[in-house]
Amino acid sequence: MRTILTAMEQSALKKTPLYDTHLALGGRMVEFGGWDMPVLYNSIVKEHQSVRNTAGLFDISHMGEFLFEGPNAKKFLNLILTNDLSRLEPGQGQYTLLCQDNGGVIDDLYAYRLGEDRYLLIVNASRIEVDWMWIRSQRNSNYKSLQLEMNDISTNYAAMALQGPSSAKILSKLFPQAATLQKNNISEIKFKDESIWVSRTGYTGEDGFELITPNIQAVELWGEIFEAGKSLGLAPAGLGARDTLRTEAGFSLYGHELNSETTPIEAGLGWAVADYKINFIGKDTCITQKQDGTSRKCIGFKMIGKSAPPRENYSIFESCEDMREIGQVTSGTQSPSLGYGIGLGYIESPYAKPGTSIEIEIRNNRFPAEVVKRPIFRKPD
Amino acid sequence: MSDIPTDLKYASSHEWVRVEGDTAVIGISDHAQQELTDLAFIELPEVGLDLTAGDSCGVIESVKTASEIYAPISGEVIEINDALQTEPGLANEDPYGEGWFYKIRFNIPGEIEDLLSPEDYTEQVNI
Repeated sequence: MRTILTAMEQSALKKTPLYDTHLALGGRMVEFGGWDMPVLYNSIVKEHQSVRNTAGLFDISHMGEFLFEGPNAKKFLNLILTNDLSRLEPGQGQYTLLCQDNGGVIDDLYAYRLGEDRYLLIVNASRIEVDWMWIRSQRNSNYKSLQLEMNDISTNYAAMALQGPSSAKILSKLFPQAATLQKNNISEIKFKDESIWVSRTGYTGEDGFELITPNIQAVELWGEIFEAGKSLGLAPAGLGARDTLRTEAGFSLYGHELNSETTPIEAGLGWAVADYKINFIGKDTCITQKQDGTSRKCIGFKMIGKSAPPRENYSIFESCEDMREIGQVTSGTQSPSLGYGIGLGYIESPYAKPGTSIEIEIRNNRFPAEVVKRPIFRKPD
Repeated sequence: MSDIPTDLKYASSHEWVRVEGDTAVIGISDHAQQELTDLAFIELPEVGLDLTAGDSCGVIESVKTASEIYAPISGEVIEINDALQTEPGLANEDPYGEGWFYKIRFNIPGEIEDLLSPEDYTEQVNI
């Protein structure tokens, strides 16, 4: 047996303020987007089930935070992002995308309106530098006259996600106001000496919160949440469980379902594209593709019958006589909740309808699968 | 810490070998199952297959990743552990017992001598 999880150049990797906490909890550290992060503490399946049944706590300090302030902050952001910030009242947030002129996705992110003219963007760890360079170049070339200040505060802030049905009960022990926070809303809360941001968001398909704190308080905040959740089944959860949870929920991950060669419409994220806005970067492609359709689409699928789990880059084939290759898997795993293989992938549009039979090639053999609606897993009510 | 029984031989690729007359039982070590975690699917060699030491002869899929399994010694596969097809987690729970992989009728006894002793394997795992 030779494992594919190999030791990386550990020394060059960035560490979050919670690094020592992970080691103390027995976290198995791996490289992710240039960061040394816990892939699991004990078992991906157990951590996954904690999040589905009670709660899990994730370190997401690797993610980036950008602040925008000023009378033209909204105008500028609405020109570079696909969704419409005018729909947000102070304290509300939305999922949105940053696109190139041709509609290729630079990143997918969350945008919060913190105050009248104050916005916070949460971006993917692996995209912080690329996003910031792109945003700065837009600011300095095309939108120089707009009045706003922008700051990349990523290195000063840590973040964690508390996810699962018991999250509200746990967090309200620390912050009674957390339980009243609506989905996608954000609130500034005092913790010790500093302000932190708490939002009711997540990446697991469960109820939950994301907390953004100055680095200096990260260990303390993690510790207090951990303590508050101890009697309620809270477990630390690593990136392995984060990936199986988001795959079951059918959420895109940058670098897998999204990259500069894919558009929001192909990815099935047209709902986060406000095509009625007068102008935004990538609009022409999005409008054309919304009207005319796209040649390929992002789909969810499940394996039918016994097979190895599907993995990224496996080929998807037609399920009939001539067996033509019609797509590729972009994410795949054994679903801990369902007990069989599931995945996301891109497929020629005529095959993208839920219920369509397809085949996945696994080590030169093809196994039956079926296109399914996202989320792939939904808890029974 | 992982369990390394002293009555077995080991391959550097983390398989264990238990000799029973002219046959050998093969599985993966406790260390290996701990590294892999959460086994989801195990593909074993077919009965009747002639293996040469070092051959890739199957695949272990954990939730996270796929890994190859290698034949630690040469010989013919005479039995496989069918229980692993429905319950791959047996190799997590009981890697040296219920979680065995396959049996081989070996034809080069010298290869067994060349495998790692429990002491040598312990040293490899602890580096």
